[in-house]
Amino acid sequence: MTAAVNIQGVTKRFGTDVTAVDSVTLDIVDGEFFSLLGPSGCGKTTMLRMVAGLEFPTEGSIKVFGEEMALRPPNKRPINTVFQSYALFPHMTVQQNVAFGLEMRKVEKGEIAKRVAQAIETVHLKGMESRKPTQLSGGQQQRVALARALVNRPKVLLLDEPLGALDLKLRQAMQIELKDIQAEVGITFVYVTHDQEEALTMSDRIGVMDEGRLLQVGTPEEIYERPVNRFVADFIGETNFIEGTVVEPGAVKIADGVVVHARGEAAAGTDVTLTLRPEKIAIHERDCPTLDPERNRVDGTVTRQLYFGEALYYEIEIPGGALIDARLENIPSLKRWAVGEDVTISFHRNAAEALTS
Amino acid sequence: MTMLDDRPSEEATPDLEKKAERAESWRGFFTALPTYLFLVLFFVLPLVIILIFSFAERSRTGKPVLGEWTLEWWMKLGDPLVRTVTWRSIWLAFLNTLFSLLIGYPFAYWIATRKRAMTRNFLLVLVLIPFWSNFLVRTYAWRTLLDSNGLITKVGEATGLWGKMLFTEPAVFLGLLYGYLPFMVLPLYAAIEHLDWNLVEAARDLYAGAWKAFRKVTLPLSKPGIIAGSILVFIPSLGAYVTPDLLGGAKTTLLGNYIVTQFKSGRNWPFGATLSVTILAIMMVATVIYFRKGGRTL
Repeated sequence: MTAAVNIQGVTKRFGTDVTAVDSVTLDIVDGEFFSLLGPSGCGKTTMLRMVAGLEFPTEGSIKVFGEEMALRPPNKRPINTVFQSYALFPHMTVQQNVAFGLEMRKVEKGEIAKRVAQAIETVHLKGMESRKPTQLSGGQQQRVALARALVNRPKVLLLDEPLGALDLKLRQAMQIELKDIQAEVGITFVYVTHDQEEALTMSDRIGVMDEGRLLQVGTPEEIYERPVNRFVADFIGETNFIEGTVVEPGAVKIADGVVVHARGEAAAGTDVTLTLRPEKIAIHERDCPTLDPERNRVDGTVTRQLYFGEALYYEIEIPGGALIDARLENIPSLKRWAVGEDVTISFHRNAAEALTS
Repeated sequence: MTMLDDRPSEEATPDLEKKAERAESWRGFFTALPTYLFLVLFFVLPLVIILIFSFAERSRTGKPVLGEWTLEWWMKLGDPLVRTVTWRSIWLAFLNTLFSLLIGYPFAYWIATRKRAMTRNFLLVLVLIPFWSNFLVRTYAWRTLLDSNGLITKVGEATGLWGKMLFTEPAVFLGLLYGYLPFMVLPLYAAIEHLDWNLVEAARDLYAGAWKAFRKVTLPLSKPGIIAGSILVFIPSLGAYVTPDLLGGAKTTLLGNYIVTQFKSGRNWPFGATLSVTILAIMMVATVIYFRKGGRTL
């Protein structure tokens, strides 16, 4: 497999005291949909801007299909960007916006017309060619920005939170459309977002960043199911944290007399944090006789019930004082629990992950 | 509750809506009334008077004789001298606008792109400092600089590039450029400072080099500043009086001086009035053309 983008030890410092990106090393595979995910200020946008050439790294190497790009100006890179604010030229029509890149590269006129028409068709904006950006809705502007970048057939397309300004319904529709377009054109997409749900549904792989560092790279499933540390577990989806001590590899004591099975290789005696997703927990009446003995079981008391429509959340206090959220699908046969009721929660032996950091 | 019930209903009906809107618009009128009055009294009325004067015969002392009407003064605009003065004024005003733009744009761009707000403000204050002293005084200072013993003359003579410029057209040009450059820099600065730099980055990302990105994005988007600055420089240059009076000679009379001459030593108020109306017309036509042209091409 070729690396479309090969980032090697890249650091970006602003001034002397701000390190926006801290020695990031990363390979992005040709043709994949790669997301950089993290909270605002985590360095993901700076990382993207360095790949685009809008920012130069302080240290390190950025190669695109084997060619060094780190200090090359943006207009000399086979890369295009869809900007967060779209950055459409307000004094140009849709047609002129989309044709801009090809004109700058002095592509022959007939070829420009052909490719622009094709790009505008790809993003479903036929008939809008002579409009100005201000005459378009947010979703349409987004499509123009996409067409303006794609028309150049870049080797890598960078997208900086392109759906951030759209409302929920439109965003979901555009997520699907973006995936379809990517499959159609076969270009490597590098997508920056702070929306973990968006990253999970769209990406082939995700890189989670925080405070300038790349914490974990993996498929959405790996990131969600096997987070490497507390930050990743907390940032992606919802989770419960339970403090405990390893008694033997794979078994963690979370309170006096309460030992549960969890994944993780930490040695006996290590203090760990268990992460346990709310939807992996089941609630039973205390001393339920039909409970699968292979499952972890912990006694507790219901302290709160939250109604979410498609699901119900129960907060349960377990020995040691931790409050655990359990998410139950709102199916017709769902048994409801009363606040104050003594219950037993259960979860699969592989459901909890023991984190050492 | 009873008190509320006794009050007349404020439920909307088409009639009441109109009434409410009318009341609103009257309130607006009264707010603007002082300004209206001021403008009518001190701008519209004098203008009408000037226009009437331009059609009146003149008395022996040069004042207009109302009641005896003539088109003589309007015909006189065709005189070779008048035409020369008019074209010279337009040419100098144009030249001044052009050079203000050529000098002012890079300067305004440079100020607007300084990262620290402190630096930008400091540089803006530097642009404004000349306004702290009187324009007349500053023009006299130029007179000293451009005179036989003046610094500029000495430098010119030492290098052999120019001689004494005082009382020539170049002196008037320099004076005008100096006087009106800030009026170009300030609107340009405002326009460039408000630019969305993401657009320039987008242009760079789309294969435009630094110069191309400037030509295709920065320059067209700073057009409002260019138009505002050009008008602010062109109009006062066209009607300039102090600068040509102090730095120019008899051979560099501009419209402003020519008008003053008519009212004073020329003893011809009606012709002075005609020239005043003419200069106003030129300004209006130039402004309209500039807006139209600027809207399309720049």
